[in-house]
Amino acid sequence: MATTTSQAPVESGAEPRPEAPAPAAPERRIRVGGLTGPGVASLLGALGGSLALTWLLYERILPLSGGQGFLLAWFLLFNALYFLVGRTQWDPRTARENSVRALAVSAGALVVTMIGFQIGFVAWKGWDAAHHQNFYTQDMEHSGALSPLDSGGAFDAIVGTLEQLGLATLFSVPLGIATAVYLSEVGGRAARAVRTVVEAMTALPSIVAGLFVLGVVILTLGLQKSGFAASLALSVMMMPIITRAAEVVLRLVPGTLREASYALGSSHWRTVWTVVLPTARRGLVTAVLLGMARGVGETSPVLLTSGFTSHTNWNPFSDHQVSLPLYIWNYVRQPYPYMVARGFAAAMALMGIVLLLFVTARLLGGRTTKEGTR
Amino acid sequence: MAPGEAAEDRPRRIVAPVTPADRLFRSGLRAAGMSVFVIMGLVALFLLLRGLQALRVAGGSFFTQTAWKPGSFGVASVLPDGVMIAVVALLIAVPVSLTTAVFISEYAPLWLRSFLISLVDLMAAIPSIVYGLWGLVFLQPNIVGLVRWMALHLGGFLPFLHVPEADIPSSYTSSTFIAGVVVSLMITPYITSLSREVMSQAPRGEREGAYALGSTRWGMVRSVVLPYSRGGIVGAVMIGFGRAMGETIAVALIISPNFSVTWHVLQNGANSIPSLIALRFGESDDLGLSALMAAGLVLFALTLGVNVLASTIISRSRTGAATAD
Repeated sequence: MATTTSQAPVESGAEPRPEAPAPAAPERRIRVGGLTGPGVASLLGALGGSLALTWLLYERILPLSGGQGFLLAWFLLFNALYFLVGRTQWDPRTARENSVRALAVSAGALVVTMIGFQIGFVAWKGWDAAHHQNFYTQDMEHSGALSPLDSGGAFDAIVGTLEQLGLATLFSVPLGIATAVYLSEVGGRAARAVRTVVEAMTALPSIVAGLFVLGVVILTLGLQKSGFAASLALSVMMMPIITRAAEVVLRLVPGTLREASYALGSSHWRTVWTVVLPTARRGLVTAVLLGMARGVGETSPVLLTSGFTSHTNWNPFSDHQVSLPLYIWNYVRQPYPYMVARGFAAAMALMGIVLLLFVTARLLGGRTTKEGTR
Repeated sequence: MAPGEAAEDRPRRIVAPVTPADRLFRSGLRAAGMSVFVIMGLVALFLLLRGLQALRVAGGSFFTQTAWKPGSFGVASVLPDGVMIAVVALLIAVPVSLTTAVFISEYAPLWLRSFLISLVDLMAAIPSIVYGLWGLVFLQPNIVGLVRWMALHLGGFLPFLHVPEADIPSSYTSSTFIAGVVVSLMITPYITSLSREVMSQAPRGEREGAYALGSTRWGMVRSVVLPYSRGGIVGAVMIGFGRAMGETIAVALIISPNFSVTWHVLQNGANSIPSLIALRFGESDDLGLSALMAAGLVLFALTLGVNVLASTIISRSRTGAATAD
């Protein structure tokens, strides 16, 4: 930033102060930012002008076609035009500021649109098969690729997903929370190394987790592919997510509470068990739910470890067990429209489970970002 | 006794008694913490053990062989191809993510901010197969027009955008570029939330100082927020790169695998290590499976290296910033 050159002299007494402010001028409120008439008008003008120009270029002058190209060209032209329009009335700094603001808003809008688009697209394509009630109550054992959508369904996959998710939660929650407690309550130099490894583990490619369980449980220990093996692979993915989210929450427990507990003469484990963990209860539930939401959609670990079957297998410990991601992966690549429709309906169900877990987590825990839970 | 003898008045030594229960508790927690090392160690160990057979057969040619056939296989084409997908993804995701991060941390009104943060988290939780379906069924047919335009008009002077058999519509699909676009959606939330986090930690005093000097908001962002969070942003981009290298299902759904290095990103045919594993493991014999394990080991080492480096950069930039003010 350039320093201001026109500084008022501040030596006291060097200049007599003016007796009183000019009496006639009423005080005017200075508005910083906010909407102004010309601002809105330039924005709308740039939007409309660039749209018209893009249409002209696209439909009349240049041999171009395609929706994305149109939107992209519109976006670029809009930014250029908005800056130019701004330049005609404001100084360069203000024009730049407004352009950057428009750019930032459009990036945010793009991200929101993409999320809505993903969810909406899956719901729209999945509705064909998902509005039949049998989709939730039947499996694919007696329905072939050409059977219409009012027979067969994803009951087997829903059962598999819920059981595998349950087992994976059972394995990863105690370990994940214990690690988080270690990081925040014991600490020390080793804890820093553990934290680095946990962060590296969050970024472990899911296919590697699948290969790992395939290599250990199935190839080395000789167990068959099963829901249990899949849940082990899911635990490897979920545990570091739970640990990181839980550690953030545990750090927010005020130190004074711990000190009060120590002052009453309680031991370390009593303090953690009766003061720290109960205080952070809601945040911990949020951490677990977020971990579950991330784990339930993992496809590649399941692909390598659970094996595919088209009948309902209630027992996760023996025999192949299908789950929703695997069901989608298998059916969507088949060249039969009904099977693709079933795949999309399963994707919609999976998305529904993810959303349910995610929204519950947010409602329960408020925000679990670095800013803290409320 | 004389009252002046203060030696008697020494403060009592305080010894916090560590009960056996506490000792047990702490060692239990320590064991849980150490389990992380054990798991990561076991992952490396078992991938190595299982991949050893293939590495012995292939020897050094594992890193120079481009084909992936029984008996002769190597990562010389899948690895660069995977890197290309990741680079395309980064080229799209980095500008979008950084602008979004600036929007969320600097421009969005407060009530919108927490909502957007949750939404970005949700974007990270959308299963990769959903992104894959979207890319396969919606994006691919719709983006062909743009791809063809780029290939015909820009391919002449930018050789990597060139598509050899330009008359056939199918030579524009299942390409590195389309896979990269989908992967860019998947890594956007990670880059966004990490860089937003470092941006929001930019010191308040400097921000207000910039405003006090008459800066506009963008001027403040450019002169305070961005320099302050440069390290964190670099780390976030690297984390995004690691994620992009490891994306499996969406890539596997979209690409049609080929085993020669694809320099033309718009051309049909692409590959990456995770999608190779996902698509090939079912039809592999013992040696083939071992070769996939070895490929998995390469991927594991690569992503681990990238991520450890990235988190070091991020944590260093944080501590450095904390001491700066």
